[in-house]
Amino acid sequence: MTVAARAAAGDAPPADEAAAGEHAISTEGLTKRFRGGQLAVDHIGLAVPRGSVYGFLGPNGSGKTTTIRMLLGLVHPTEGSLRLLGADLRDGLDPVLPKVGALVEGPAYYPFLSGWQNLARLDAADRSADPRTARSRIDHALDQVGLLAAADKRYRAYSLGMKQRLGIAAALLRPRELMVLDEPTNGLDPQGTREIRALIRHIAADGTTVFVSSHLLAEVEQICTHVGVMSQGRLAFQGTLALLRSRGEPRIGIRTAQPAAAAGVLARLGLADIDADGTRVTARLGGQAPEHVNAELVRSGVPVSGLETIRPSLEDLFVELTGEGFDVTG
Amino acid sequence: MSPARRAAAGLARWPRYYRSELRIAFGRPRNLLMLAALAGAPVFFGIVLKVNTPEPGAGGPSGAGEFIGQVAENGVFLSLLAIYALLTVLLPLAVAVVSGDSVAGEAGMGTLRTMLTVPAGRLRLVATKYATIVTFSLAACLIVAGMGLLMGVILFPVGRVTLLSGDTVPLADGLGRLALIVGYVAAGLASLGAIGLALSTFTQHPIAVMAATLVVVIISEILDAISQVGAIHPYLPTHFWFSFDALLRTPIAWPQILHGLASFAAYAVIFAGAALVRIRRADVTC
Repeated sequence: MTVAARAAAGDAPPADEAAAGEHAISTEGLTKRFRGGQLAVDHIGLAVPRGSVYGFLGPNGSGKTTTIRMLLGLVHPTEGSLRLLGADLRDGLDPVLPKVGALVEGPAYYPFLSGWQNLARLDAADRSADPRTARSRIDHALDQVGLLAAADKRYRAYSLGMKQRLGIAAALLRPRELMVLDEPTNGLDPQGTREIRALIRHIAADGTTVFVSSHLLAEVEQICTHVGVMSQGRLAFQGTLALLRSRGEPRIGIRTAQPAAAAGVLARLGLADIDADGTRVTARLGGQAPEHVNAELVRSGVPVSGLETIRPSLEDLFVELTGEGFDVTG
Repeated sequence: MSPARRAAAGLARWPRYYRSELRIAFGRPRNLLMLAALAGAPVFFGIVLKVNTPEPGAGGPSGAGEFIGQVAENGVFLSLLAIYALLTVLLPLAVAVVSGDSVAGEAGMGTLRTMLTVPAGRLRLVATKYATIVTFSLAACLIVAGMGLLMGVILFPVGRVTLLSGDTVPLADGLGRLALIVGYVAAGLASLGAIGLALSTFTQHPIAVMAATLVVVIISEILDAISQVGAIHPYLPTHFWFSFDALLRTPIAWPQILHGLASFAAYAVIFAGAALVRIRRADVTC
């Protein structure tokens, strides 16, 4: 729904409610220009369907964290509109924030309090949390991230991985409709990373929408249904993971003792972007069926010792979208 | 939930939030050390005056001297002496430190973003922080006065209290006046806490807030001592801090006390208001 259309709808917002029903997060033209002129986020239109696991990707510095801060009401947008679980930013997000579990830019807690006490403090600040169930909810949250045994240990003494888990436990203090997790596996070892991934899958299986940012491709690929790719403050791609994959044009790769002859056949078939490298020849498939190409090669007397269809990896697609390799800056 | 019901729930559950903030302010090892130092000062004064007992009236005609000369005769005055002596720097320092922690400290640690996404509510957070600062100010004064009284009772005779105006009142009356003084001084410190709170919303460096708040106190005290700028004296934040001697005269000079309280209230309203305006608009990027 455009801003103009929303304005036209005036006091009768049925269309808005319908939109809220399908999207946990939706933004239009969301922009943040910091004082000093830096354009951190440039007119992005996020659409995060309810029930999805949305991977928010982009190199460090591409505007992911600023966007997340706007989604949670920490940073005021310069322009644009934002709806979170049906609530309009202009009316304030505090009424819906209790339904949102958040981990923003790494965990931050009081070093001289234990993990348990830190969570108790957060719960005490939540006016919509029931104090009578606080004890069991805190225990349960710590248990879910495997921290129950270290509940009474001071935060100061936690390892990086334990700190990260405590941050996630905070997001699990109450049943949530939406989880916003900023780099949840940062600083975790491979085992910890796997556990967090399993936890995210578990959360999503209950119907909770998960919005997870990462600069790690593999992470997103394994758990997400939808992706948004940020590049220099803009949303370079948004859609299902399948849609993103389909964007990559497949190539054919042939292993042969006669690369020049093979390249000739491919050119005759009208394949573009032919690249011969030693005994290997690759080309863009275009609309051709690989088995047809193979038959032509054999008919032309080119000895084919190997043939494959190469789909560009997600990594290649990201480099294409963002113009730089992943993790180059961090 | 309707806004009205949310407001009601927020109010009903506010004490829990306030208590949890108090646990931080009074549980932080550094603050406990600070309170211990404040408690130790009257002990130190008491022992020094016991070992080296001054002649009655030896301390001089005004200020701390008025109290020093009387301590040997009446231990209650040790409490007043301690308040008087610590009000120049140490008590303001304690308030400045807690003000620095209030918002800037949370921002610096990153816990501010966590609290706001809970959500604690921006205005609710700052209001609760101010309530904590006020509580801490009162507690600091009570500790100084209480330890002063305790040491006074242990080390010196205690009895009818001779006021600054020369009259003598029963001990109970004297203690009542001491309680009023504690309240008055705490109010003065709480107004300083509002200045610290406002400064705290502009940075993520608690040390900067602490230093700036102390600078406010020191500059104000210096200006207050320069008679050439007498015209601005009544508007200085610390000008009325030491006016509590009005409570030690008969009759009590109420206009002076009320004037002081009005000054404290004005500072508290203006600066706590500034803190609320600032936090509403601030981008939390740390």
